[in-house]
Amino acid sequence: MEALLIGLSKWLAATSLSHTIQTVTWIIPTLQTIHILCVAIVFSSAVLVDLRIFRLFERDEQLRDVMRRFLPPIWPVLVMLLITGSLLIIGEPRRSLVNTTFYLKMALLLVAILLTATLQRTALGSPGFLEDRSRRLTGQALATLSVLVWCGVLFAGRWIAYTQAG
Amino acid sequence: MMSQFSDLVAFFEDSGVAEAIRESDTLFPSVESVHVVAICLVVGTILTLDLRLLGFASVGRPVSRLSSAILPVTWGAFAIAATSGFLLFISNATKYLGNGYFLAKLVLICAAWLNMVIFHAISAKDMPQWDKQARPPMSARIAGLLSILLWIAVVACGRWIGFTIQVL
Repeated sequence: MEALLIGLSKWLAATSLSHTIQTVTWIIPTLQTIHILCVAIVFSSAVLVDLRIFRLFERDEQLRDVMRRFLPPIWPVLVMLLITGSLLIIGEPRRSLVNTTFYLKMALLLVAILLTATLQRTALGSPGFLEDRSRRLTGQALATLSVLVWCGVLFAGRWIAYTQAG
Repeated sequence: MMSQFSDLVAFFEDSGVAEAIRESDTLFPSVESVHVVAICLVVGTILTLDLRLLGFASVGRPVSRLSSAILPVTWGAFAIAATSGFLLFISNATKYLGNGYFLAKLVLICAAWLNMVIFHAISAKDMPQWDKQARPPMSARIAGLLSILLWIAVVACGRWIGFTIQVL
């Protein structure tokens, strides 16, 4: 498996797109800057919704309406993240593709996306979503999990640079 | 004055905390991760407010309401970002002070703060009149746009520090 990934990395690194990303010095920091700004949007949207579940933000508005404001923008921004992330991989394939931390980040991201999508889908269907007393604990557990998983994604993302194969 | 400043820098840089972050393989990336999480929350929450000032998002909410709901989160995150940033800085203070992007980042953060102060002095004075308007007046929109541009520049400088700092 590892040999396959090293082979794939070598092939990617030999492409002309990769060569351009490697040799034009400002491309990688620019892509990373866009990537972080997009992370800021996705992460903050998720955290604000989670704070609302804990009734610490915009309490006078229904949870469903807060979700309607903050969750939909996550999806187009995630596409931007996918594009900038892919370009970063093409530029330095070995840095991520031969790196356990990168796969940890992807696994956590998958959980975060599923969690966010489930919250959004369920909320749109029910007006008093997670608001009644019996459901509040469920909501708070989901919100806590959501914040922790998103933090995990960000942590793993930052650690990729420190765990790359030599 | 200048020598007092370098004494202060040396004091922090020679401290046990700074040395621990410098010498450890895991401390620096850990503090840096906390810094990234905090800065994402700072930038994301400020952007929410800026887009409201521009009349692009949350237009159904009064500006004063949204800002009093969001700013506590922003300030809390900013406190964490500043503390973790300070720890990263003292681990190699002399090198950071010699880095143009680091200095530019500090100046830009001050500019973003100044923009907020000016907004409160000018536009926010008659906020009750336009609080509920979907599209705030020109001065408020300019403050929102300036804020977005300044914070993008702050993040860019922050990322460029990592590519230009010469830490052995």
